Amino acid sequence: MAVEARTSDFGGKARVALNDPKLRANFRRAMDGLMSKRAAQFSDKEEWTALRARGAAVRARALARLPELLEQLEAKLTANGVTVHWAETTAEANAVVLEILQKAGARRVIKGKSMVTEEMHLNAHLEANGIRAVESDLGEYIIQLAGQAPSHIVMPCIHMNKVEIAELFAARIEGQPYTENVDELTAAARKALRDRFADADAGISGVNFAVAETGTLVLIENEGNGRLSTTLPPLHIAVTGIEKVLEKLDDVAPLLSLLPRSATGQVVTTYVNMISGPRKPGEKDGPKEVHLVLLDNGRSRVFCDTELADTLRCIRCAACMNHCPVYTRVGGHTYSFTYPGPIGKILTPQIEGLDCAGDQPHASTLCGACAEVCPVQIPIPDLLARLRTEAVHPTSIAVKGGGSGRSLAESLGWGGWTALYSSPLIYRISTRLLGLFGNLMPACTPMLREWTRIRSKPKFAAKSLHELARERGFSNDER
Amino acid sequence: MTSARDRILSRLKSAPRRTMPERPDWAAPRYGEGRMTQFRAMLEAAHADVREVSAAEWPELLRAILAGKGVDQVLFAPATAAGRKLAEAWATGEAPRLVPYDRPIEEMKPVLVHEVQAAVTTARSGIAQTGSLVLWPTPDEPRLMSLLPPIHVVLVDKARIVDSLADTMATEAWAGGMPTNAVLVSGPSKTADIEQTLAYGVHGPKELIVLVIGEAA
Repeated sequence: MAVEARTSDFGGKARVALNDPKLRANFRRAMDGLMSKRAAQFSDKEEWTALRARGAAVRARALARLPELLEQLEAKLTANGVTVHWAETTAEANAVVLEILQKAGARRVIKGKSMVTEEMHLNAHLEANGIRAVESDLGEYIIQLAGQAPSHIVMPCIHMNKVEIAELFAARIEGQPYTENVDELTAAARKALRDRFADADAGISGVNFAVAETGTLVLIENEGNGRLSTTLPPLHIAVTGIEKVLEKLDDVAPLLSLLPRSATGQVVTTYVNMISGPRKPGEKDGPKEVHLVLLDNGRSRVFCDTELADTLRCIRCAACMNHCPVYTRVGGHTYSFTYPGPIGKILTPQIEGLDCAGDQPHASTLCGACAEVCPVQIPIPDLLARLRTEAVHPTSIAVKGGGSGRSLAESLGWGGWTALYSSPLIYRISTRLLGLFGNLMPACTPMLREWTRIRSKPKFAAKSLHELARERGFSNDER
Repeated sequence: MTSARDRILSRLKSAPRRTMPERPDWAAPRYGEGRMTQFRAMLEAAHADVREVSAAEWPELLRAILAGKGVDQVLFAPATAAGRKLAEAWATGEAPRLVPYDRPIEEMKPVLVHEVQAAVTTARSGIAQTGSLVLWPTPDEPRLMSLLPPIHVVLVDKARIVDSLADTMATEAWAGGMPTNAVLVSGPSKTADIEQTLAYGVHGPKELIVLVIGEAA
C-alpha cells in the first residue's frame, strides 16, 4: 500500500503528470464520458434546480443540528443493537477497528469501498498487525494489486487503461492469462474474490448516509461487493466521517436522486443497501455484530467556522473533479492526499493544515465549474479564496496552519501596492516613471520573473490614462 | 478523563449556532397510467429481463425460462406463499431441484456461494422512476438469496408498483420501523471500473429476471 506524502508538491507532480500522454489520455476519455452522462441526467433545468435546492437544504439542516443528530444517531443505533465508537484522529479510529477485530479473533477482512478508510490508511495498519484486508470493489481491488492509492473518489483506478490492468492481472492473479477483454477481466476478479468473501471473518465498509431518525446506514454501489461485505461475514464494521448524518429517512430520497446522477450519470445505483442493525433472532443471515466508527479527524474544527463548514455538506459524488479543468488534466495522484480535485482542495488543507497542503487552494483557476455542478451547492471557489486568505493572514486561527503561507517579500509587495493605489501623488509618479522607464526593465527582474517565466513581458504605455484624459480636455474635479 | 465522544461533541456544541433552512418544495415525478411502462423501460435499460404474467401462470413461465438457461438448482424460500406455490407447481414434471434456504448461512455457505445457480424472492414493491425493486428480507426470505446466486428471479405484484422512492417511503411510513436490512435492486450487478466499459455480474447476480404478477394478459 502506497503511503502518502505528508506534504503536497502540487507544482512538481503536476509537471510530471502533464508530460505523461498516457495518463492524460486515460483521464480525458473518462472525464468526457462522465461529464456527458451527467449532463444527460440533468437536461431538465427546472427539475435540477428544485432537486438541488432540496439536497443543499437537507444537508445544511443536518449540519445545523449536527451534535444533536449524532447523539440521536448513536441512541437509535444502540437501541437497534449496533455498537457506536467515536474517534478524534485517524490513529484512534485505526486502533478502534483493530481492537474490534482482535476481540472477535478476526484475521481475514473483506472491504467494501470506503474513502474514510483510505483517509485512515487502515489497510496498512491492519497489515502491520497481522490482519489481511482485501479490497473487493473492482477498482479498489485493482489498485490494491498494483500497490497504488485511488486517483478518483468514485472510480479509483480511472488512471489506468485496460492494457495496464490486463498486465497487472496476468502478473498478480494465479492462473490468469493475459486478456484485454473487460468481461473476462471482471470474471477473473469475481472468481478471485468469491472465496475471500466466504472466508472473511469480518467486513469493513464506508457509509453514504447515516439517518439519525431511524438509526439506518445507507450504502450505495453497483457491484454487490458492498452488500456482500456487510452481509456474509459474521462481523461488520462501518466507518464514516461525523458529517454524513441526516435528520430524516425521507431526506434520503432527494440525495439518492442527486448522488448517482451527479457521480456516474446513472439514475440510480444497482444496489441501495439500508442497514439498521445486526442479525435478529430467527434471521438466517447478516452479521451477528455491527459496529459504527464515527471519525472526526479535523471535521469538528471545520464545523466551527460557519463559512468553511459548508465543506462538510459534501456527499462525495466527485462531479466537481470530473468537471475541473485542473483535475481532468493532472489526475488524482497529483494532489498527494486522499481527496483530490476541488473538494480535496478545500478539505485537505483544513484537515492536514495549510502549512503542509497550502498549495492546494492555489491549484485552481477559480472558473466556478465545480460550484456549478455541485449537487449540494458548496461554494467551492469562495472557500478556495477564503483559504488563500487564511494562509497569509497573520492572525488566522480559523484553519490549522493559518498564516503559514505569509512571506515578508509578498507582504511588502502588497503593502507597496496598497500605498501606491491609495495616494494619488505616489500613483501618478509611479505610472509616469513606469511609462518612461518600465520597458527598460529586464524580464528577469525579481518578482516580474515569476510572470515572464511563462508569459511575455507586459508593455507599458508611454502615457498614463490620466495624461491621455487630460490631453482630451477632461479635468479631475479635485474641488 | 474525557472520552473522544465528549471532546468531539463539546467542540461541535461550542460552534456558533446557525439557522436551519426550510426544506424547499420538491416532488418526485408522477407517471399515472404510464407507471408500468416507465418501470419496465428503466429495468430493461439496466439489463434486466422483465415479464408480465398472471398469478396462476408464473411458476410455469419460470420453469420454461430457467430450462432455457440450463439451470438445475434453484434456491427458494419454503415458508413464503410464493415458495409454497413454486414447490407445488414444480412437484410434477421436469423442473430444477428446489434448494430450501431453511438453515442459518453458517450451515449453508458452500451451497449459496458455489452451488445454486438461481434464487427466487419476492419484492415488497416496485419503483417506476428508477426501475427499482424494494426487497425487505425476512427470516423466511433471507438477505443473501438476492445476492449470491448468479441469477436472481424476483416477483413483484403489479398493483404494488409506485412512482418513486419518496412516495413509497412516505405512504408506507418506513421511518416508523426499518427492518434489519432493506435493499433497492435496480438491475443485475455491474461495474464500469475498467475504462468505463460496462460488465455484468461482478460480485452479485449476472442476471435479474423480474416477474410482474398481474391479471392474465
